[in-house]
Amino acid sequence: MLSSFISFDPLSLLIDPLSHDFMRRALMISSCVGAICGLLSCYMTLKGWALMGDAVSHAVMPGVVVAYALGLPFSLGAFVFGVGSVALIGYVKQKSRIKEDTVIGLVFTGFFALGLVLVSKIKSNIDLMHILFGSPLGISDSDVRQTLLICLIVVAVLITFRRDFMLYCFDPTHARSIGINTGVLHYLLLSILSLAAVAGLQTVGIILVVAMLITPGATAYLLTDRFDRMTILAVISSVISSLLGVYISYWLDIETGGSIVLVQTTLFLLAFLFAPRYGILKINNSAIT
Amino acid sequence: MDLYRKNRELDFLRIEAEELCVDYNGTVALYDASLKLKEGCICGLVGMNGAGKTTFFKALMGFVRPSMGKILINGRSVADAQRDQAVAYVPQNEGIDCSFPVSVWDVVMMGRYGAMNFLRVPRESDKRAVVDALERVELLDLRKRPIGALSGGQRKRAFLARAIAQRASVLLLDEPFSGVDIRTEKLMSELFLQLRRDGRSILISTHDLSHVREFCDVVVLINKTVLAYGNTSEVFTSENLSMTFGGMTPDPISGSISSED
Repeated sequence: MLSSFISFDPLSLLIDPLSHDFMRRALMISSCVGAICGLLSCYMTLKGWALMGDAVSHAVMPGVVVAYALGLPFSLGAFVFGVGSVALIGYVKQKSRIKEDTVIGLVFTGFFALGLVLVSKIKSNIDLMHILFGSPLGISDSDVRQTLLICLIVVAVLITFRRDFMLYCFDPTHARSIGINTGVLHYLLLSILSLAAVAGLQTVGIILVVAMLITPGATAYLLTDRFDRMTILAVISSVISSLLGVYISYWLDIETGGSIVLVQTTLFLLAFLFAPRYGILKINNSAIT
Repeated sequence: MDLYRKNRELDFLRIEAEELCVDYNGTVALYDASLKLKEGCICGLVGMNGAGKTTFFKALMGFVRPSMGKILINGRSVADAQRDQAVAYVPQNEGIDCSFPVSVWDVVMMGRYGAMNFLRVPRESDKRAVVDALERVELLDLRKRPIGALSGGQRKRAFLARAIAQRASVLLLDEPFSGVDIRTEKLMSELFLQLRRDGRSILISTHDLSHVREFCDVVVLINKTVLAYGNTSEVFTSENLSMTFGGMTPDPISGSISSED
């Protein structure tokens, strides 16, 4: 590893890691997860659902533990608990006078704590560190298959309903007035969020999933005023971060999830400073629409 | 389009609301409110703030469920009418995030979503409808602007264009004239008369009486319930208006309301 790092041959730096099966797998799965989280992050940032993303990603924890313990697909358990937490948040908010952000914080920490307790009590081969911090370098075959299936579902739904979701985020009143069922859209988007959180869990872990679900969208939002362009930029920046993050973690032998998220944060900072219209340095005021 | 040409032969009722009651957790916002609106007719909904104008609109759009009464739009239920793109609604405050990355064109195109296929891919006819709507509100030149870069009056016109692009036979406009300058006001009034000629029915809420005289065929005076309803000339009497505005005496000529204090 060190020898490839000091060889200073950029091509071999990129190609050598590919000789390892685990690296090929990690790069493939990270870029797929990066792509779907990047796409979804546009809706999360525009809808103002950053906290909701954090909540759902933490709330899937007990679902993952229970599913592993029962020998079910982990995504199924995660999905049930993700959607369940959202339903519970909606219910508590409706039936009490507590403000939404308080309810969200309350519900997701409760679920997360339940997950932690379950992990400590249910003796199984679950590695808590893998769930909390992700392990794309050590992902199993069945997890690869499940994650790819999740990515396919998420992409299919997001592409099919991309206009409806956009309208729902922008102006739900109008969506209702033209006969679109916004309740269905609301829960569909939250279900997709649960699925994406499960996929993101594989690469960066529960704690950092929320970064995958908001940072690319926030970066792209600083770069354009067009929604379609924003989704493309978010996907590109998210995939680049994932690939580069995995490579950097290999080269420097550092934690993969943290490395991916740090690259994302760096890209965001670059956009924050140098974005043509909205960057604080305003290099070029007249460019892009 | 064909549907309403066919219907034109009858004396067709666009909106039929009977004895509507709406309450919010026990507080009555509207009771016993009935309204019939014919096709090709502009109706003014006049009342004070809090008189239930917005509630009336929300009930007509199915956003609040009336505790009593029934509503038919083009002879069908509200949900069916919405699926047919028969009703367009422009709320008083759009309540939108103005930094949302969409252009004026995108916003007006949203009026066509209901008529498009599942994937919302615009056809040529949708694009024509958007161009036509943008021309009518004189925003075609600004179609590429982000919605957040428009002035308040321009934004109001953009959302009106979206309702026009929808080609609905019934338009519900909540306080369309609030916060717009004289030029926009004139453009809107002419537009409403044009839409009436096309056979559409418009329900406009306002508290400015001069507009009502200008182009409303019928007028509904409300204060929690319908106080008076009929042709503008018959309903617009000073007693009726004084009743509507809670004892304040409106100037019957200018239409402005002078408060006693």
